[in-house]
Amino acid sequence: MTAVETTAHPIHPSGSPSREPRTGSPRTGSTVELCDLVRDFGGGAGLSGLDLAAAPGELIALLGPSGCGKTTALRALAGLERVDSGSILIDGREVTDEPTSRRDLGMVFQSYSLFPHLTSGQNVEFGLRMRKVPAADRRRRAAEALELVGLDHHAGRYAHQLSGGQQQRVALARALVTEPHVLLLDEPLSALDAQVRVQLREEIRRIQTELGITTFFVTHDQEEALAVADRVAVMRAGRIEQIGTPEELYHRPATAFVAEFVGLTNRVDGTVEGGRLRVLGQDVPLASPTADGPVTAYLRPEDVLLAADGIPAVVLTTSFLGALRRTRVRLEDGTELSVQHGARQRPEPGERVAVGLAGSPVTVAARAGG
Amino acid sequence: MTPAGEARPRRQRRAPQLRLGPGPAVRAVIWTVLGLFFLIPLFSMVEFTLRSAKPGVYSLDRWVALFSGETTRYDRVYQGLGNSLVLAVVTVAIVLLVLLPTIVLVELRFPKLRRLLEAVCLLPIMIPAIVMVVGLAPTYAVVTQLFGSGSWTLAFAYGITVLPYAFRAIQSNVGAVDLVTLSEAARSLGASVGTVFLRVLVPNLRRGILAASALSVAVVLGEFTIASLLSRVNLQTSLLLVSQSDPFVAVIFALLALVFAFVLLVVVDRLVSVRRRRTAKG
Repeated sequence: MTAVETTAHPIHPSGSPSREPRTGSPRTGSTVELCDLVRDFGGGAGLSGLDLAAAPGELIALLGPSGCGKTTALRALAGLERVDSGSILIDGREVTDEPTSRRDLGMVFQSYSLFPHLTSGQNVEFGLRMRKVPAADRRRRAAEALELVGLDHHAGRYAHQLSGGQQQRVALARALVTEPHVLLLDEPLSALDAQVRVQLREEIRRIQTELGITTFFVTHDQEEALAVADRVAVMRAGRIEQIGTPEELYHRPATAFVAEFVGLTNRVDGTVEGGRLRVLGQDVPLASPTADGPVTAYLRPEDVLLAADGIPAVVLTTSFLGALRRTRVRLEDGTELSVQHGARQRPEPGERVAVGLAGSPVTVAARAGG
Repeated sequence: MTPAGEARPRRQRRAPQLRLGPGPAVRAVIWTVLGLFFLIPLFSMVEFTLRSAKPGVYSLDRWVALFSGETTRYDRVYQGLGNSLVLAVVTVAIVLLVLLPTIVLVELRFPKLRRLLEAVCLLPIMIPAIVMVVGLAPTYAVVTQLFGSGSWTLAFAYGITVLPYAFRAIQSNVGAVDLVTLSEAARSLGASVGTVFLRVLVPNLRRGILAASALSVAVVLGEFTIASLLSRVNLQTSLLLVSQSDPFVAVIFALLALVFAFVLLVVVDRLVSVRRRRTAKG
């Protein structure tokens, strides 16, 4: 499972900002509010009443499946996509109808966006040139920005002479050099290989924390979102399904969709009776009141264990994950479960085992037709 | 340390590479045949212009007479050449000021119109010049009323004639550059629409723009039908006229036009490759 570095912060049901930036961060970021944004494309990927607010210096990840509207939300904030209704406020100032060039934003795109006819240094200077910053100051600030992303010795190189990761670093320096109040990252790591992705996302987090810049990070990779964000907004069909800290989303998903989208989840049939849930042959207390009747319980792999006695199951596959091992088993009723356990336990495929509960389900949902 | 007598590791023999192109000998033959194909007519033209009244005797008299300015016999040719050069400049201006922004606009804002634009731009190549002139003749009655009867006005027609060539040249460059992302990146950095076009998009479309311009110049310098049917003087119509009294001058000019077009293409190619080399050096 993903190692989550962030600390827990109280969630606010309306999705409004509820936390201060990390300790020591200079508060140079802006507040950002997206209020009831609607954008209808006549198909998918639009927005249907999106509400979202970010505190100064906060990093919010917009997470969701393809077509959920996360990129549209970011582009609307950037001014690259018009909205049918709703308003966008930066530091309380309405910018909904302002052109992109006047919104004071920095943006890093999914596809490589460095200007091919300019060197890295010239690319970084571009935004300063647009703001008519004197040449000497421009060069100094561009050099500092490149140093921030660890590419100060690559200032003379063109985009095609840089690797994908280096290009995105230069793009990050270019977005930051104008000291924007909001930084927008539109899946900036999706074109990179796995190792570079992890390195760069940590670097983005470091720089963002250092500068205290309010940041929106669009990704479809839940591990990435949980790893870098102060809060993660899970989107579905053009609106926020749930927003909260990575821990909240993982341990207390508000809906079955969030439970299934964030982290690995087992769906197991159970029954609620008298405020208690019966699942996998055991009675467990419910986190929130649920009406009596058949339900689907959502269990994390670490909440299921291979027990000495419990529900009989057959091992299907098992994967070594370093300190842990994840084993897929099939119950007698055909339900398949992922079980996470210590690497010392080494069940073999085909072996008969028993499974039990190690924790409570993260959420339950009423089962139709039951 | 390598023990004495131990055989050095043999240099690995390269695996035979899959050769898709022709071998050096075949290539040499192709180059020679193609070279002869192009050079023999050129050489024949040169030989023709150097002939004198006596068989087997060659002289530069006709070349000297043409460029010495001693006679007014060739004024019409010079007038045609001047007109054609002006037409080339105005046509290139039309391509750069009308076609280029249109292609960029369609690419950025109206991508659904791409097919339509392509179809419209390729139409002139499918319509015979004579048919086009039938349509242009009444149009030019209006053009003459608005802009006068200056020879440069023919550039409006040439702007249409060169569309297929210029469009393909620019479009192939547009296809290789992610204009949408570049323009959005520039806008996010504070660039206005004009700045995005001039400082970000145009430099990255330079190759296509140069190629479109060179092709337009070549087409305009070689155009005869429209000018002739609209009774305008350009290089080709004046050459035809002069060739009826002096075929040698017509050949000299035809030769010079070919050389000019060749030089133009080489210059464009050099400019593009210098740019590429500079880019590669970083």
